[in-house]
Amino acid sequence: MLVSLPFGILVALALARGKFWGKSILNGIVHLPLILPPVVTGFILLVLFGRRGVIGAFLDQYLGIVLSFRWTGAALACGVMGFPLMVRSIRLSIEAVDAKLEEAAGTLGASPAFVFMTVTLPLILPGIIAGAILSFAKAMGEFGATITFVSNIPGETQTLSAAIYTFTQVPGGDAGALRLTIVAIIISMAALLASEFMAYMVGKRTRLE
Amino acid sequence: MTLTVEAKTRLGNFSLDVSFTSEQGVTALFGRSGSGKTSVIRMISGLSRLDQGRIALDGDVIVDTARGIHQPPHRRRFGYVFQEARLFPHLDVRKNLNYGRWFAPKNARPDNFDQIVELLGIGGLLDRRPGRLSGGEQQRVAIGRALLSSPRLLLMDEPLAALDESRKSEVLPYLERLRDELGLPIVYVSHSVAEVARLADRVVLMKDGRIEATGTASEVLRGLGGEMREAASVLSGTVEEVDQVHRLARVQTGAGALLVPAEQAQVGKTVRVLVPARDVMIATVKPEGLSALNILSGTVERIDADGEGMIGVRIICGSETVLARITAFSGGVLGLAPGQAVFAAIKTAALERR
Repeated sequence: MLVSLPFGILVALALARGKFWGKSILNGIVHLPLILPPVVTGFILLVLFGRRGVIGAFLDQYLGIVLSFRWTGAALACGVMGFPLMVRSIRLSIEAVDAKLEEAAGTLGASPAFVFMTVTLPLILPGIIAGAILSFAKAMGEFGATITFVSNIPGETQTLSAAIYTFTQVPGGDAGALRLTIVAIIISMAALLASEFMAYMVGKRTRLE
Repeated sequence: MTLTVEAKTRLGNFSLDVSFTSEQGVTALFGRSGSGKTSVIRMISGLSRLDQGRIALDGDVIVDTARGIHQPPHRRRFGYVFQEARLFPHLDVRKNLNYGRWFAPKNARPDNFDQIVELLGIGGLLDRRPGRLSGGEQQRVAIGRALLSSPRLLLMDEPLAALDESRKSEVLPYLERLRDELGLPIVYVSHSVAEVARLADRVVLMKDGRIEATGTASEVLRGLGGEMREAASVLSGTVEEVDQVHRLARVQTGAGALLVPAEQAQVGKTVRVLVPARDVMIATVKPEGLSALNILSGTVERIDADGEGMIGVRIICGSETVLARITAFSGGVLGLAPGQAVFAAIKTAALERR
């Protein structure tokens, strides 16, 4: 999620402000994981990033990175699944930023990069936080794509949902499943509270006080 | 410093073709809404591009389409005050004011924070958030923010248009001080005769994307003739006497002495008096028992009819020309003709001090 955040901001920026050929195609690709059955997404990832996949083979050969059946692959799958939610949220907040403020910053001598850092970014912070939390929540519940791409290896690629599922498949595993369920609820609740709190802090600064 | 602007641009059905220079002091771009004033100032700032033309400040060529030069707005260092304040909501007033200072080149960063804060009377607002300020306060902070970026030129796009009358009169004196104390060239966009008469040294009159006239405020405003409802004469003079009891100031102008509402007039100060043409009455004999305090004698120079039942009468009074706008009917009844000796009665309340 942390790795995907800069990409999310970048893509959201391109979608919100950019005018380029293929914008709707990019938009489609970004949103695809939201619509496609998760298993399909997982399979596509396997094809692309598997040891023999197009990108996977390249990464393995030149950078020594193997994603399939590793925790990094699980993270990738979760990131991809959460990506559309994050992009949507950030994009909406970028569209809500008054371009007139950015113009004003420009006339005050700020270059476009500085305008983004000092005006746009602080103003879209609530959107970024909301997007990050949504994507985190999605990653928590991620099951289909992960299990297809990196399988369900305890201690390596097992997500919370997958672990609960495993427990329920074993006789007498209900207690373990329940424990994990409580853990899931606590993490989710903490994440939501944290996002609310951060959004409140940001809003307090931005709004009329 | 001389700003040279030559620009041609098409915006949909609207074509813009202007060329003017702006020197030290305030140059007003004046005209009705939709005449292209804002487009011109946006091109100067770099927020809009022009199809063809050249913009230069002294020797620094900022835009030259023939040579493919187009400096981005942040390199131009032209302060811009917009119609609405456009303060950054996530920063307090002090940080808003300092925003442009980060980017100003080190050698062009005079330590004038306190001076400008004092000039604009915003010292008490520094730790507040923009959302909590009144419209007039916001606009003053926006002006301060533009000034503190140490601009080479200040562009103001109807900075008072979004304010109500009392807020306008709150901000206007600060604009006057700015003009008089900072010596920064200012391009001021406005459609208000009163503002232009009060602030501008030079006026560029625009209509339908073209320049109709350029000259001093009094030349251009008088040149509006009978055609514009807002036509006015601008008389400059010296305050001779202030009557605190009746709150009137006596101003000696080239057309004679005028009594003007005093506000805070100071004896000996040079002021401009705005006389809207529609507030001037004409009499062929010296009127008596009239509530209008100012009666000037002069001769009719020219009469222009606007074709809608009104006429503009130019009256030479001493070394000045006063414009009157009256109905063609009363002009006929009085038998007005060029060369005739007449009296111009001006309602005191109609006069505005600069």
